[in-house]
Amino acid sequence: MTDMTHNSDLPTGGSGLASATGIVSGMGGQGAREIIAILAVAVLVIGGGEFLLRFFDVPQFILPAPSTIAAVFASPEITTISQHYGYTLFELFAGYAIGASIGLVLAAVITQFPFVEKVITPYILLLVTTPMLALVPLLILNFGFGYTPRVIAVALASGPMVMVNAATGFRRVDAGKIALARSYGASTLQIFTKIRIPMAMPMVIVGLMIGAIFGMITAVGAEMSGGGFGIGSRLTTYSSTLRMPEFFACILILAVTGIAIYAFFFWLGKKLAGWES
Amino acid sequence: MGGHTHEALRISGATKTYAAHSGVVHALQDVDMIVEAGEFISVVGPSGCGKTTLLWSIAGLHQLSGGRIHLGEDEIKQPHPSIGMMFQEANLLPWRTIEQNISLPSELRRIRPDRDRVEALLERVGLGGFGEKMPRELSGGMQQRASIVRALASNPDVLLMDEPFGALDAFTRDEMNKLVEEIWLEARKTVILITHSIAEAVFLSDKVYVMSARPGRISRVVDVPFERPRPLELMETREFFDLVNDIKSDIKHQVPPAGRTTSAR
Ligand SMILES: Nc1ncnc2c1ncn2[C@@H]1O[C@H](COP(=O)(O)OP(=O)(O)O)[C@@H](O)[C@H]1O
Ligand SMILES: [Mg+2]
Repeated sequence: MTDMTHNSDLPTGGSGLASATGIVSGMGGQGAREIIAILAVAVLVIGGGEFLLRFFDVPQFILPAPSTIAAVFASPEITTISQHYGYTLFELFAGYAIGASIGLVLAAVITQFPFVEKVITPYILLLVTTPMLALVPLLILNFGFGYTPRVIAVALASGPMVMVNAATGFRRVDAGKIALARSYGASTLQIFTKIRIPMAMPMVIVGLMIGAIFGMITAVGAEMSGGGFGIGSRLTTYSSTLRMPEFFACILILAVTGIAIYAFFFWLGKKLAGWES
Repeated sequence: MGGHTHEALRISGATKTYAAHSGVVHALQDVDMIVEAGEFISVVGPSGCGKTTLLWSIAGLHQLSGGRIHLGEDEIKQPHPSIGMMFQEANLLPWRTIEQNISLPSELRRIRPDRDRVEALLERVGLGGFGEKMPRELSGGMQQRASIVRALASNPDVLLMDEPFGALDAFTRDEMNKLVEEIWLEARKTVILITHSIAEAVFLSDKVYVMSARPGRISRVVDVPFERPRPLELMETREFFDLVNDIKSDIKHQVPPAGRTTSAR
């Protein structure tokens, strides 16, 4: 029956849903040519910056040259910076772990109860749109200058982001696929693990990524509001003492962290939800 | 045909009503049907007449408002392991390979899949070596063949098909019909096929049940006399054409109720 495989019919393509991971569609799959171009741009920007800043003799406290920033990474100050970076990462991980897990569980549960969902959604949107940084002084008043207010702020910033996106994923019910599973005697739990979760996965990953980036921004912002430790507090110190090379070294570290978060979730998305793109 | 006197499925007084905005919809009213083991029957009728409702009831996917359905001794109240269902469009899970899609039923029932059987079936429908592919790498016809394998993998006694080939082009459709007939001749499942193609129904079936809408009921049962195996050329014969037209005019002459709904896919 090999003749059955002839192609009188054309491939039907994907699931028809817009790629939920489209938010990262500009990223990934770069070939050698693109990578060379990206590196060339970097060389151009860094080299050009170096040249222009030196040529016009721009003072360091206005904008330090790339080489001066790079030198920070070889200076003794880098020990202090990395220590503070460690505090920031800890706040980010702790707050994100709490916020993201609550967000995920809430999304999975409330989407199963349309009434509950309708009641809760406005409050979640309130949390999404409130800049959690604004709450930090209040949190500091209540919890002091330690880790606690920062971890809470990170959780409050990342949790709702994870929740709204994941909820969008869990709302993607496909009656046909659920009927299919039920026709084979699937239990409610099996329908959840084998149909609903995989269906939701692309949006869950988008939510996790946005939540992590919001978490990082919030952690640094909270550190700038007081407490004297963390990369954010370094930024405040360096800028107030006009130590611009160190200041920009910290900015660079944060930018790289953001890209790393992005790259990690991009990879995770390819692995767990690659079927949709 | 003959030889099959053993009754597989008995539907008696099946009634199903839905509460809709516009009032109560009588999707099924007093439907009686006896399907013999190994028989191939089709259900045709205007869209919205209750075909899917009937099939879902047999599959145990929803409860009847009245009446009973028996598979042998068992009353159908929930999905039955001896009944396999094929849905409109292939309905494969896009995040699973073809192989993983086919093993879904046994996974859900927590039984070990019969690998040899699956391998043989894949080979049989011309999908040998495609097990590792993702659904979107396959054409519509190939996906539908994979879904046949999924439905047959657990070796059900009864196979239900709800407009399975509606989305395929005419050529692929003929090809699928031929394949279904061949597999049916080999395995002699009891098959209930829902289709909006009367030619497809006549080509494949021992009996064609014609349904009318509002309330959904069986208005006519047609015995199909053609010898098996039936070549595709049968569809070009006078006798075939006449029978198809006869059924068609039957459906056309049903007074279409005002505001007839379109097919709920
Ligand atoms: N879940 C439902 N709720 C309300 N009405 C429904 C539902 N499912 C089907 N119906 C109605 O029942 C009738 C029969 O539907 P269906 O069995 O899908 O018909 P067919 O498959 O023959 O097109 C239609 O009028 C349809 O609108
Ligand atoms: Mg239907």
